[in-house]
Amino acid sequence: MFPFVFEWSWAWDAGRIVFMGLLYMVLGAMGLGLLYAFVMTWLKLTGREELYERLWLRFPFTLW
Amino acid sequence: MKSTDDSTGTRYGMVIDLDKCIGCGTCVVACSAENNVSVLYDESDKTRNINWLKIYRITNGKEFPKTEVVYLPRPCMQCANPPCVPVCPATATRSDPNTGIVSQIYTRCIGCRYCMAACPYHARDFNWYDPPFPAGMERYLSPEVSPRMRGVVEKCTFCHHRLMRAKAKAYAEGRRELKEDEYTPACVEACPTKAIAFGDLNDPKHEVASLIKSRHAFRLLERLGTEPKVYYLSTKEWVRRMADNYLEGELEGRP
Amino acid sequence: MDLALIPNGVQRCSLKTFVLWSLLWLALIAWGVVSAFLVFWKGLNQTNMNHYFAFGLWIVFDLSLIALGAGAFFTGFLTHIVGAVFIYSFRENLRAIINAAVVIGFICYSAAIAMLGVDIGQPLRAWFIFWHANVHSMLTEVTFCISAYLGVLTIEYLPLILSNRKLKQLPEFDIFGDTLHHVVALFAAVGTFLSFFHQGSLGGMFGVLFGRPFAFREGFFIWPWTFFLFIHSSIAAGPCFTLLCIWVTQKATGKQLVRKATFTLLAKISGWLLATYMIVKIADTIAWAYGVVPRAGLSFMDFYQAPYGVWLIIAEIGIFGVIPAIILITPKFRERDNLLVIGALMNVIGLVINRFVFSIQTLAVPVMPFDQFMTYFPSWQEWGIGFGVIGYGILIFALSYRYLPLFPQEPALNPVEVLGGVVTDSGAIKRS
Repeated sequence: MFPFVFEWSWAWDAGRIVFMGLLYMVLGAMGLGLLYAFVMTWLKLTGREELYERLWLRFPFTLW
Repeated sequence: MKSTDDSTGTRYGMVIDLDKCIGCGTCVVACSAENNVSVLYDESDKTRNINWLKIYRITNGKEFPKTEVVYLPRPCMQCANPPCVPVCPATATRSDPNTGIVSQIYTRCIGCRYCMAACPYHARDFNWYDPPFPAGMERYLSPEVSPRMRGVVEKCTFCHHRLMRAKAKAYAEGRRELKEDEYTPACVEACPTKAIAFGDLNDPKHEVASLIKSRHAFRLLERLGTEPKVYYLSTKEWVRRMADNYLEGELEGRP
Repeated sequence: MDLALIPNGVQRCSLKTFVLWSLLWLALIAWGVVSAFLVFWKGLNQTNMNHYFAFGLWIVFDLSLIALGAGAFFTGFLTHIVGAVFIYSFRENLRAIINAAVVIGFICYSAAIAMLGVDIGQPLRAWFIFWHANVHSMLTEVTFCISAYLGVLTIEYLPLILSNRKLKQLPEFDIFGDTLHHVVALFAAVGTFLSFFHQGSLGGMFGVLFGRPFAFREGFFIWPWTFFLFIHSSIAAGPCFTLLCIWVTQKATGKQLVRKATFTLLAKISGWLLATYMIVKIADTIAWAYGVVPRAGLSFMDFYQAPYGVWLIIAEIGIFGVIPAIILITPKFRERDNLLVIGALMNVIGLVINRFVFSIQTLAVPVMPFDQFMTYFPSWQEWGIGFGVIGYGILIFALSYRYLPLFPQEPALNPVEVLGGVVTDSGAIKRS
């Protein structure tokens, strides 16, 4: 699951790269989404919304 | 973890002569004793107790006096293309490319039983119960084989610990090669009719290498492509037919 | 007594009635807890599984629950992705049920994972699948994806929980829930990706078993045809399960909760998916019967023996496959409420039969010619866990319905009279 492995031979073959690569992408996307939500909430709560505009944090999917 | 079926390197296999097997069960008892197989308080349910080596009783289905009965011992086939190895989610089973033996890591097995669903030979058994080891029983256990806990899968290992013992002895004597009779599993050693032969299928000096070339040699369920390393010998045609599934007319004209 | 927690603009029964009604589900949960305790304490011998039936009732339940929970990801995909870019009517219609679909999905996946925790022989070692992952195993793929997807569902459920009237009063929860709502499309996309893979891998699990000719299929590269068949059947039956849950809720509460257009849209989508699934399923069965089966030296009837007889395939494809497909794709049948519900129910039953056949029947069929045809019936402990999760699901859904704005169309469809005025949306009271 992690980049370091304990198996009996060099385990970073094509299959593992694809599988773990996709996993990290998915977890990364979820993490980024949550991070965005936390950061935006903190900015709105502390009244720093103009910071959000200036930092260009507006992602395309937030147009929903 | 794919096929280890090549003609180089060591490939341990077994040849069981069904014309010699009398179904006495000594091999089963020897295996269970050697490998610390747990014994339940009630062993009568054969779908839940553990026996690494099982003996099947097969008949030709004919009426007396033409009835014939044959006893077929079935250890783990140690397949060269094992269906059980690629399916384990926790990498708890492995086909060793150096010996061809399919091993099981009991302390890693999570007990999902997917490998049991995959094996068509039903070679794998699961510990449905907490294995009872009454006080004092631990003195009879073999120290070379780890006993299993509940909730894990176990199976025949061709007495791999005996291979380790033989290799250690050979190394202590300053050599790397093993002689043919230095490594034999418990069932092979115990059989009173010497029905089971064991050795390196790739080594032409070993008896099994020539036995598998016999026209009476066959394997179970060869059509599935598992490449089992346990061969059977039988001069009876109906026994060969029982080793695999055949459609009508498929076996006509075969020698 | 709990009026402060009930959403604006809707009516709920008294707390006393609700608690009494919940007792039945709590009893089922108690049965489940007792069964789980026995299994953890004494071991898996408490079940009727054995060396032949390595998989039993719980695996059938897991497969069915995860397939039926596909309504969550598919509705999310249609609402937030397809509906936002291609077909706007999807978005309008399906928004009415997306919350309910998410809750149903959360229930199905959390229940499935809990059941799996009881099913494995060493539950404390479950993390080994992550730590010692075998990337070539379909089961690894399943475990990773359903775990990640449960996370996605929790994140999608969170804004709904935070929109509870009392919780919303806290600005932290209010703003956080609102912000999560803005990024829901990202999670819907991740959820769709994960679901595609795990619905498929669940099928792949059985399709790769080349030692079991009944389940084995050829395929496309490493993916057996069952991979795609399971995805297809799950997106065909998932929306129908969502529809059924909402219909049952309507019957239990005596209120209309969604407009009929939403139901008929779900039924239409489900119906066409089921119809196309029937075509590929029949094609796959024929290809298997003429390919895999004779190559293994077997014939079609070798796999069917009482009690797992030919009636199973007739039921799966003929009765609970083709018939509901016809009902759901025909507009004039869809418009009739009774037929719509019957069609949806038959669709769901057909899916459960399919999952049963692939797990239990596969294991019942002998492969070695001298081996036996086995049968299996679950023990009361196994039924206990099964019914326990059903009780858990009903309770969670009921609590969500009672305290959360689960159905946005409910206030408009069931106007509540308050102080001579009519409350038609959250928090606004129109004086007449």
